[in-house]
Amino acid sequence: MKVPQLNYKYMNLTITIALFFSLFLAGAVWYKGFFSLQVFLNMFIDNAFLIVTSVGMTFVLIIGGIDISIGAVIALVCMFSANLLEVRQWSPALVIPLMLAIGCLFGLVQGVFIHYFKMQPFIVTLAGMFLARGLCYVISIDTVLITDPFYQWMATYRIPLPFHTFISFSVVIAVVVLALAFYILGYTRFGRTAYAIGGNEQSALLMGLPVGRTKVLVYTLNGCCSALAGIVFSFYMLSGYGLHAVGLEMDAIASVVIGGTPLTGGIGFVTGTLFGVLIQGVIQTLIMFQGTLSSWWTKIAIAFLLCVFIILQRLIMARKEGRKSIA
Amino acid sequence: MEIWIKLWRIVTNSRLFWPLAALAVVLLFNFFYTKDFFVVEIKDGHFYGVLIDIVNRAAPLMLLAIGMTLVVATKGIDISVGSVIAISGAVAASLIGGNLEYVDGTQKLVTLVPMPVAIVAALAVTTLLGMWNGLLVARVGIQPIVATLILLVAGRGIAQLITQGQIITIYYTPFKFIGAGYLAGVPFTLFIVLLVFAVILYLLNKTALGLFIEAIGINSVASRFSGIHVSKYIFLAYAFSGFCAGVAGLIICSNVSSADGNNAGLFMELDAILAVALGGNSLDGGKFSLLGSVIGALVIQSITTSIYATGVPPEITLVVKAIVVICICLMQSTSFRTIIFARWGQKRGSVSESTTVKL
Repeated sequence: MKVPQLNYKYMNLTITIALFFSLFLAGAVWYKGFFSLQVFLNMFIDNAFLIVTSVGMTFVLIIGGIDISIGAVIALVCMFSANLLEVRQWSPALVIPLMLAIGCLFGLVQGVFIHYFKMQPFIVTLAGMFLARGLCYVISIDTVLITDPFYQWMATYRIPLPFHTFISFSVVIAVVVLALAFYILGYTRFGRTAYAIGGNEQSALLMGLPVGRTKVLVYTLNGCCSALAGIVFSFYMLSGYGLHAVGLEMDAIASVVIGGTPLTGGIGFVTGTLFGVLIQGVIQTLIMFQGTLSSWWTKIAIAFLLCVFIILQRLIMARKEGRKSIA
Repeated sequence: MEIWIKLWRIVTNSRLFWPLAALAVVLLFNFFYTKDFFVVEIKDGHFYGVLIDIVNRAAPLMLLAIGMTLVVATKGIDISVGSVIAISGAVAASLIGGNLEYVDGTQKLVTLVPMPVAIVAALAVTTLLGMWNGLLVARVGIQPIVATLILLVAGRGIAQLITQGQIITIYYTPFKFIGAGYLAGVPFTLFIVLLVFAVILYLLNKTALGLFIEAIGINSVASRFSGIHVSKYIFLAYAFSGFCAGVAGLIICSNVSSADGNNAGLFMELDAILAVALGGNSLDGGKFSLLGSVIGALVIQSITTSIYATGVPPEITLVVKAIVVICICLMQSTSFRTIIFARWGQKRGSVSESTTVKL
């Protein structure tokens, strides 16, 4: 009885990782210069913010919720920090903690609304999205460039690695966030409670688990992750603009789903999410190497993969249910 | 006194009370703060005025909200409508094309295909896309939000593919009539909305369709056991939502005389869901009110228009929208009302006790 369950838990993850490596190998066969450590590392450099925010989204999806405000929060963080740094001449040492605090607060309020007022996560975070995007425009409707030396340094500095390769600081941040999330989800009471809520909220409540606190904390954590992603994004873009990161929430959800976390919650790994992001990265890189295809093919390819994965998950689920009913 | 309290209860418990109250608040605000808000004049044989403008501009949203209501009633959600709008416009624009050519010394517009064919093609494509969503949800059994997420992500890419990544401008003037024309002095868009609304209302009320959809939303398993062909009706709801998005896409495309794969209908899916929620419909499915959703769409457009009219910088629209959404959702949230009114009730505890004694 236990074996098929374990199989299901790891099956999606295995398929995702296998798909990533086969796509990467296909690229290596087709294009010269594709098979290098630097191309692999570039996927991390270009998608560091997506990794950070997708990790937060993984938590939210595991408890069976959804958060569509993250793209807007990232834009708000970029815009607000650009404004504080450039117009008000604040120090980055003050701006970064402030942004993280704002992100946490944003998530906390959304969590409270969702849990205590029993409002739909979709609607609450939709309002949050409008609010964050609107606040961006209130600050400025133009692009604000960041010229702060620290941000410039963070954007351009490359940490050298062996074999003449390099990564940026954003990658270090993303890896640290991943490691932390991996630990929290797998080895703490909080993580296990999150899985329990996603599995069945009613049962979790009857078991005496702190459902309300955990749910609110998960949304707070997600807000914090998206603020951090916003900071990483501002290192990457070096500007604040109201239309930054439009639709990023859907990219994040797609990464998490491709990574094997169903939107019904209860199951999921951050490792899968990482590979979900990397698959998007490898598709982007493939299209870049191909040269003639336009960038919108990325969207179509990702949607196609999303479709395949969702149907696959559904089939596995159906098989599992079928087995249960036979037993 | 008792009668008034009872009447108040009946009124506030009515499904349409909260959406109408929201609309009334927005209009009342305009009554005091916006000059000439309620003035409707006749110029060049057309009705002019802010109110007419609101109705005209809300037309695409009303259509989306009508389609979305049925989907939401079946306990689903369709987040792909914004992308479908872009595809609809892209199909229509690329088929109509419309080049200025000189024939016998006079300017003449040449379309690639006749306009009705282009319109039918656009609507057929969007209905097919709706059916694709319906297929994924009803047959394959995927969660609605995930199933429609696929089209949301892919849709803009497809629209870009159709328009070759460019913004197609339509010079063919008859097409402009759909989104900007007037019939009997009233915007033509209003007739489109009324037609769709009337047809679907007739089908819902005169056949068992409405009852079936409600039943599916309340308990799909029980509905299946009582002999309702659940997957068929869910499929139809998504197909209809795709059709509505197609019509809305045509209106938007015709109104601006161009098709923009990137920006046409951007975030419209969120506005549509919002309209449904503001209309007093539970996003958990079940009982629904089409009229409520239409009112919800009007509330959203009234807020937007009054922000423009009061001279507040338009950038603030989103912030105001967010605050209004939060307030209205809080009012509709039963647990919020219990928390607030429980406090209130405690303070007036003695009063309510005396009334119970009387009874």
